[in-house]
Amino acid sequence: MELTRKHTGIRVAPSRKAFLIFNTVFLLLICFVMLYPVIYVVAASFSEETAILRGDVTFIPVGAHVKAYQKVFVYPLLWQSYSNTLLYTVLGTAINLTLTVFGGWALSQRKMVGRRFFTLMCVFTMFFNGGMIPTFLVVKGLGMLNTIWAIVLPGAVSTYNMILMRTFFRQIPDSLVEAAELDGCRDFGILFRIVLPLSLASLMTIGMFYAVAHWNAYFSAVLYLSKPELYPLQIILRQVVLLNEIVENSTSTENVMAEGIKYATIVVAMLPMLCIYPFVQRYFVKGVMIGSVKE
Amino acid sequence: MHTSRGSRLWRRIWAARYLYLMFLPVLIYYIVFRYGPMLGLSIAFKKYDLIKGFTGSKWVGFKYFQQFFNSIYVWRLLRNTLLINLYDLIFNFPAAIMLALLINEVQNRRFKKTVQTITYMPYFISSVVLASMVVQFLSPSSGIINNLIASMGGERQYFMVQPESFRTIFTIMNLWKSIGWNSIIFLAAISGINGELYEACRVDGGGYLRQMWHITLPGIASTIVVLLIMRLGHVMDVGYETILLLQNNANQETSDVIGTYVYRRGLKGGEYSYGTAVGMFQSVVGFSLVILANWLSRRYSDTSLW
Repeated sequence: MELTRKHTGIRVAPSRKAFLIFNTVFLLLICFVMLYPVIYVVAASFSEETAILRGDVTFIPVGAHVKAYQKVFVYPLLWQSYSNTLLYTVLGTAINLTLTVFGGWALSQRKMVGRRFFTLMCVFTMFFNGGMIPTFLVVKGLGMLNTIWAIVLPGAVSTYNMILMRTFFRQIPDSLVEAAELDGCRDFGILFRIVLPLSLASLMTIGMFYAVAHWNAYFSAVLYLSKPELYPLQIILRQVVLLNEIVENSTSTENVMAEGIKYATIVVAMLPMLCIYPFVQRYFVKGVMIGSVKE
Repeated sequence: MHTSRGSRLWRRIWAARYLYLMFLPVLIYYIVFRYGPMLGLSIAFKKYDLIKGFTGSKWVGFKYFQQFFNSIYVWRLLRNTLLINLYDLIFNFPAAIMLALLINEVQNRRFKKTVQTITYMPYFISSVVLASMVVQFLSPSSGIINNLIASMGGERQYFMVQPESFRTIFTIMNLWKSIGWNSIIFLAAISGINGELYEACRVDGGGYLRQMWHITLPGIASTIVVLLIMRLGHVMDVGYETILLLQNNANQETSDVIGTYVYRRGLKGGEYSYGTAVGMFQSVVGFSLVILANWLSRRYSDTSLW
C-alpha cells in the first residue's frame, strides 16, 4: 500500500504536505508525553530534595548527586526483594513455558482422544472463575501461604497462551511428525527435537509475556505472602512510595530526602524492564498479531 | 462387540499415552487451581467456618447475596465499575484508533518504528510503578502537576483524596499506559486494506482526509465492531489491582469497585462467605455478558470466540 502510494503520488498537494507536517509534530508530541514521566522520575531521583519540592527539576537533575540511591541501596529488603523477583520470574516462567508447551502440544494432536473435551474444559476457565477468596482458600489449604509456590503455581498456565501455542503447533505439517515417527522418534522426542526448534520465535514471544507478568506482579504477593523476606520488588516499591514506610520509620535526616528516595526507588524498580524493552519489543508485537488471527 | 469397541478405544488411548502424560500436569493444574476454586464458590451459600472448612460449614442459602443487594455498596460498586469502563470506551478506545490512523500515515520507516516503540513502552511498566508515578506527580506539596498549577497562580490540590477526580486520573493513566498498545490491532487491520482502493479514490479526486474517511475507517470498521462487542463482555472488569494502589479512604466513594471491595471486606476483613458471594455475583454477570457479546458478535459480524 505504501509503495503504490509513493509511486502514484507524484505531485504532493500542499494540503497533503501540511497534513504530514502536522502529523509529524503531533506524533513527536505524543512521544514526548510518553517519555516525559520517565525522564522526570530519573531526573528527580538524582536531584536535591529542595529542588524537587520547589519544582525546579524539569529534564536534568538539579544539583546532581546519588545520595538518594545510597539510601535506597542500604534498605535491607531491597536486594533481597530483587533476588526474590528474579527467582519468581525465572522459576515462574520456566513452569509457565513447560506446561504451556505440553498442554498446547497435547491439545493440538489429533490422536489424543478427548482433546475437544479437554480444550473446552480449559477455555471455560477463561470466562468463569472461582474468584479471589476461593482461590485464596485453595492456596491456603495446600499449605502454600508464605512459600514461593503461592506465587508461581496459581497462574502456572495462561489459557490464552496455551490456545495460542496449540494454534501454532497445528500449523506444523503432519508429514513432518509422521516422518519423525518413522525414524523412531517417540512423542517427547518429536516435541523436543523437531517441534520446539521450529517454534522458537513463538516460545520467545509467549515466554516474554509470562516473564513481564511475573516481574510486574504484586497482587499475588499481597494475597499470599506476609513474610518480608519473601517480598518481591514491587511490594517494596509499594511500601516505599505508596505506603510511605521508609519515611515513617526513618530518622529526621532521611526525612529530608523523602521525595528523592521515592523517585530513586521507582527508577530501581523499572530500570531492568526499560533496559530490555527496546530489544524484545518486536516479540510482544508479534504476540498481538498471532492473537488477532482467527484460527 | 461392546468389549471390542471398548478395547479399540483403549488402544487409541494407549497409542497416545505420552500425550496424556504431557497433559497430566496441565490437567492437575486446571483441576486444582481453576476448578477447585469453583467448587469453593459453595461457601457463598454457607457460613464459612475456618475450622470446619469447605464441607463442614452450615448452609445459609442466599443470605450473603441478600446482604449485598440490601447494602448501599451494590449500586456504588456497579456505578463505579460501569463509569470507569464508560470513560475508557469514550476516550481511550477512539484515541487508539486515532493514533493508529496517524502512525499509518508516516512515510519514514524509521520514524514510524520509533514512534511505535515509544508509544508501546508504557504498557510494560508495572502497575505499582504506574501508581507510584501518579501519586508522586499529583502530590500536593511536590508533584509536578501541582508545581505547574502553582506556578500559573492556581491553588494546589490534593487530587488523590478528591472523589470527583479519581475517574479522570484513572482514565488518563490508562490512556498513557495503553493507547500505543491498543493501536497495534488497528494498525494491523489498516495494513490489510487493499491499496488499490486508495488509488481509485485518488483518481476520483479524493483528498487526503477523504481517503481516511471513506477507505481507511470503513476498512477497519469490522475490527472496531468486533472489539467494541468484545469489550461489552468485559464491562464488569476493571484493573482493580491498580485501583487498589490508588485507593484511600477519602476517594473510596468513586474508586471502589467489586474487586477492591471483595479484597477489603472479604479477605482483609475475614468475611470469606460474604466476599465470595460478592465475587460470584461479578463472575456470573461477567460470564453472562461474555456470552451475550459473543452472540451479538456472531450475529452481526460473523466473528465469534466459539
